[in-house]
Amino acid sequence: MAEVLHVEGLSKTFGALWVTREVSLTLAAGEVHAVIGPNGAGKTTLIHQISGVVLPDRGRISLRGRDITRARPEARARAGLARSFQITSVLPEFSVLENVALSVQAREGRAMRPWGRAAADREANARGMAALERMAMADRARRLAGTLSHGEKRQLELAMAIAADPVALLLDEPLAGAGPEEVPRLIELLRGMKGGAAILLVEHDMEAVFALADRITVLAEGRVIASGQPDAVRADEAVRAAYLGEDF
Amino acid sequence: MTLLLVQALNGVQLGLTLFLIAAGLTLVFGVMDFINLAHGVQYMVGAYLAVSFYDASGSFLLALVGASLATGALGLLLEALVFRRLMGRGHLDQVLATFGLILTIGELVRLIWGTSPLQLPVPRLLSGAVPLMSGMGYPVYRIMLIVVGLAVAGLMALVIGRTKIGMQLRAGASNAAMVNALGVDIHRMFRLVFGVGAMLAGFAGVLAAPLVSVEAGMSDNLLILAFVVIVVGGVGSVRGAFIAAILVGLVDTLGRSLVTALALALLPPMAAGHVGPALASMLIYLFMAAVLAVRPAGLFGVRA
Repeated sequence: MAEVLHVEGLSKTFGALWVTREVSLTLAAGEVHAVIGPNGAGKTTLIHQISGVVLPDRGRISLRGRDITRARPEARARAGLARSFQITSVLPEFSVLENVALSVQAREGRAMRPWGRAAADREANARGMAALERMAMADRARRLAGTLSHGEKRQLELAMAIAADPVALLLDEPLAGAGPEEVPRLIELLRGMKGGAAILLVEHDMEAVFALADRITVLAEGRVIASGQPDAVRADEAVRAAYLGEDF
Repeated sequence: MTLLLVQALNGVQLGLTLFLIAAGLTLVFGVMDFINLAHGVQYMVGAYLAVSFYDASGSFLLALVGASLATGALGLLLEALVFRRLMGRGHLDQVLATFGLILTIGELVRLIWGTSPLQLPVPRLLSGAVPLMSGMGYPVYRIMLIVVGLAVAGLMALVIGRTKIGMQLRAGASNAAMVNALGVDIHRMFRLVFGVGAMLAGFAGVLAAPLVSVEAGMSDNLLILAFVVIVVGGVGSVRGAFIAAILVGLVDTLGRSLVTALALALLPPMAAGHVGPALASMLIYLFMAAVLAVRPAGLFGVRA
């Protein structure tokens, strides 16, 4: 399968602390690659480095063969890399449709007419609606995002992430904070996203990880301790040791 | 009654001046989490530049346009030289560095223009007065300030409320990291906000110049009031800044005359002479405390 995202030898220290240590991983078109690991393993810092919020000390990141190691976050987004945040990040004062339409417009960058009327941008609205339909929330389009339930906000974030048809998607704990009754529905929506953008999934919910992932990479103390098919990873001794005392 | 009307009009006019200063300040604080104490100097520099442009050209309009554009350019220059390096540092660093800028620019202004106050004449076309009730007049120039202030506020409301760039701006004020991840160049947006914000403050300085004496330190009090405005309005909200600016302007001017009159009515003259002014200058802070007690994020707080 075609490689979409390639991370090689990524390293980052904060003072004396190695948060990322020689991490290499790949993301193939259409796959879901889960990154798991105990708390403090460096999963979110890894996502930050791939999305450009934090720059690595060493290593290389490329998106569809293009080196993006030092590119700014907005340049990566426009090159087709989308991300979601661990903390719910929707614009509460905007309608649901405005949230997704903004996501489409933002990725057009300088090409869009910045002084044009936002509400008159038919293409952004149409693509936004399409994304809402894929996330089964088209009926919420006119609601203010701030009035949605927590699970619906997480749904909206997924719609915002896919609205501009990215090639790769970084999802940082998309189930975090969702109630037990909302989790199965979100897992179904994530399953429906498979085959579209390649997904790098950081998630604590093991049920979701094993239901969705084609491949799993396990981080501990900043380094990769195992990587491969879900069954192989589940049986791995090093992984079991790293998770000792935690629910795995 | 007429006096009350005059005070109310003065209050609205002070409010609109405050709004022009606070609009840029609240966006820079809201979008980039950057505290710029030196924002007020743009107002002062705008007034000084207007005096020079006016002396050179003899045209108030030319002075207004030239000085506004020049202060906008100064804002962009300061951003490139100083503010860019303060991004992401703590608020204390920002406060110290921009306070240093106030002192430096104030001293530069004294070196260039001298220490004695300068005057900018009211343009002849606007020098008359409009008769109000009971024979009192209200200056045409002040009415023009109200009209222009409202027009600028309306234009900003249109740009910020309806256009794509305005939508991105509002989104950036609410959650900059997320908007950046969506593909918006947050630094370019910041430069735009900075340039326009500096220009608006300079514009306000030019407009106010014929009513006050142009001198170093003329913006010190206004800067404090502008911060009261953005805190009351809700950091990052231009709509909040507008409403708060009008309210602060009214509370300050109307409150002063009401409190002084009240003190005179209730207290012996000697005590009233002390208590009145002291209470009057506290009013806007009491007002701010009252607003924050009810709405801790300000009237239109946008931060998540």
